Amino acid sequence: MSPKTLYDKIWDAHVAHEADDGTCLLYIDRHLVHEVTSPQAFEGLRMTNRTVRAPDKTIAVPDHNVPTTLDRAKGIENEESRIQVDALDKNAKDFGIHYYPVSDVRQGIVHIVGPEQGWTLPGMTVVCGDSHTATHGAFGALAHGIGTSEVEHVLATQTLIQKKSKNMKVEITGKLRPGVTAKDITLSVIGETGTAGGTGYVIEYCGEAIRDLSMEGRMTVCNMAIEGGARAGLIAPDEKTFEYCMGRPHAPKGAQWDAALDWWKTLQSDDDAPWDKVITLKGEDIAPVVTWGTSPEDVLPITATVPAPEDFKGGKVDAVKRSLDYMGLTAGMKLSDVEIDTVFIGSCTNGRIEDLRAAAAILKGKKIKDGLRAMIVPGSGLVRAQAEEEGLADIFKDAGFEWRLAGCSMCLAMNPDQLSPGERCAATSNRNFEGRQGRGGRTHLMSPAMAAAAAITGKLTDVREMM
Amino acid sequence: MEKFDKLTGIAAPMPMINIDTDMIIPKQFLKTIKRSGLGVNLFDEMRYDDDGKEIPDFVLNKDAYRDAQIIVAGDNFGCGSSREHAPWAIKDFGISCVIAPSFADIFYSNCFKNGILPIALPQEQVDILMKDAEKGANARMTVDLETQTITTSDGEVITFDVDPFKKHCLMNGLDDIALTLEKAKSIDSFESQASQARPWV
Repeated sequence: MSPKTLYDKIWDAHVAHEADDGTCLLYIDRHLVHEVTSPQAFEGLRMTNRTVRAPDKTIAVPDHNVPTTLDRAKGIENEESRIQVDALDKNAKDFGIHYYPVSDVRQGIVHIVGPEQGWTLPGMTVVCGDSHTATHGAFGALAHGIGTSEVEHVLATQTLIQKKSKNMKVEITGKLRPGVTAKDITLSVIGETGTAGGTGYVIEYCGEAIRDLSMEGRMTVCNMAIEGGARAGLIAPDEKTFEYCMGRPHAPKGAQWDAALDWWKTLQSDDDAPWDKVITLKGEDIAPVVTWGTSPEDVLPITATVPAPEDFKGGKVDAVKRSLDYMGLTAGMKLSDVEIDTVFIGSCTNGRIEDLRAAAAILKGKKIKDGLRAMIVPGSGLVRAQAEEEGLADIFKDAGFEWRLAGCSMCLAMNPDQLSPGERCAATSNRNFEGRQGRGGRTHLMSPAMAAAAAITGKLTDVREMM
Repeated sequence: MEKFDKLTGIAAPMPMINIDTDMIIPKQFLKTIKRSGLGVNLFDEMRYDDDGKEIPDFVLNKDAYRDAQIIVAGDNFGCGSSREHAPWAIKDFGISCVIAPSFADIFYSNCFKNGILPIALPQEQVDILMKDAEKGANARMTVDLETQTITTSDGEVITFDVDPFKKHCLMNGLDDIALTLEKAKSIDSFESQASQARPWV
C-alpha cells in the first residue's frame, strides 16, 4: 500500500461516494452548530420539507451573541441577538438535536464545548459553520469551517461535497524557550507562511515542540490554521489525546473504548508519506510574539520595532500603510512602547483552563494598570467553574479583571463586549482585522501570558521580564 | 440556486490585498436570520462614516461604479470567517463575479452556492483587468462561464480555470442538496458499514 498522511487516512475512511472527476461526498461524524450561521440553514430545511438526517451527530450551542455579564439570566437586550438565540433554541427542539442552552453550565464556545463533552474524537470528520472549527484538529480529527449552505447540506445529508486538499507538513523541532507558548507557535507559523500560505492545504503540525504541548495548547495551534489559509490543521493523536478523551461524557466506554483506541493508534502519517509542502521552524527560535497590523501575518517578536511599508513588496506595501494608519503606529517604534487601553483574555483560541492558568501565574498578587479595562471570558461554563475551584478567579478579580460568563465575547464583538474607535486592545483571540473587535478598534494578538503582562504594565510587554 | 452563465458589466477595482470577510460584511449585520437585504451594508465600514454618510472615495460610492457587477481585487480575497453573509451581501448588492489572484477556501466555495463566480488568475492578468476596471463605467468587461473567458473593454481575451462540477452546477443553477440526495443509497451503505467499523461514532 502506498504511504499515506494522517489527512489521507481520515479522508479515505469517510468517502461515501466518489465521482469520476474526484468530487467526493465526505461523510460527517460531528456537526457543531451555533446561532449565527445556522438559522438560514434550518429555514432552508423547512422550506423544502427536509429534515436533519443524523440529529444524534448534531450538537448546538449559542455562543457568538450571548452576553457574558453576570446578569445575563435576565435575557438578551439586543433584539436581533435575542431573535437569533431564540431561533437556535427552537431549531434544536424542532429538529431534536443535542443542545446546550445559555442556562446550562456546559454552555460555552462551540469549539471548547465539543472537545470538553467528548463529542470531538480522533479520526472523526467535524464541521461547523465557523472557520475556527480547525480547533478540533488537535485530536487528529479532520475539522473545518463551512458556510451556511453547507450547514444546510450537512443537516440534510450528513455529507459534504468536497475535493481533496493538498498535504502540508509544519514541523516545530526541539523545545520552546520559557515564556513561549502554543499561541506564539501558531502566530509564528502564520508569520512564516502568510495568511494565504495554507490555502488549498490541510496542515499537519508535528515535531517535538508540538508533541510537548498539552491538548489545550494543541487546540490553540490548530485553531489558527485558518488564519494561515488552511481549512484544517491536524495533530496526530497520542497518549495525551487518549487521556484527555477518556471518561468524557460522549467518549466511548468499555469494549468500544478499546476498539476505538486500536484504530486511533493507527492515525499517524506514514514515515515516507508524500507532502506537497513542508515548513520547519526551530522551537528555540520562536519568541513571544505580538501582532502589529491588521492581518494575523503581521507578527513580530515583542522585542522588535514596528516595520515600515518599504520593508515589504507588492500589494503588501499599500496594505501596511493602511494598517499602520489604522493601528495608529509609526515605523521604527518599539513594540514594547505601545500603550494599550484594554485587555481581553478568552476566545476559542485561548479560553481554556490552561490559558487561564498561564494568565493567573503572571497576575498572582499583582494589580492591573490604573484606568485599564480588562476582562477574562472563560470558554465554557465548566472552564469557569474549574477556574473558580482552582482559585484562579480570585487572582483575576483581585488584580482588577472582570470575571465573565462564557461566550465568544470581544473576539468578534457581536455581543455588547466591543472596542470603541481608537481603543487599543491586547487580545488572546485570533483576528486583528479592521473593526473585528468593534469599529475603529485596534487589536494586538498575543498569548494569555503576554496579555496578562500587558495588563500589569499598560503596554505591550515581554512576559519573560516578569517570570 | 441562481444561475451564472454570462455577464457583461462594470467592474469595480479594489486592488487591496487580504480583503477579509469582516470588511465585506461586519459582524453587526450577521444577526439577521434571513439571507436577503445585506447589499446595503456590503463593505459597510469602508463605505460609510460614523454618521452613516457615504465616504466619497470608496469605489462603490463613485458614480461610475454604483452599478458594478464585477469586482477585481487583490490577493487572498475573502479571508477570515466562514460567514456566508459575505457572498449574500455581494450578491444582494448586484455583484455576480469576483476576480482576484487568490481566494480564501471557504469564501470561494460559498460563492458557488450563491450564483457568484469567483475567478482566480495570475497577478499579471489581474493587473490587466484592474487597469480595465479603472477606466470606469464606459469600460464593460464580459465574463463567459461557458467558454471560460473574460473579454476586456479593449477586446483582450483572458481564459480562466474552473472546476467542471462547480461550473456545471453554477451554469444550471443546480441545488447541491437535491443532487446529493440522489446518492442517498451510497450514504446509507456508507453509514451502515461505518457504524460497524466505528460503532462509537
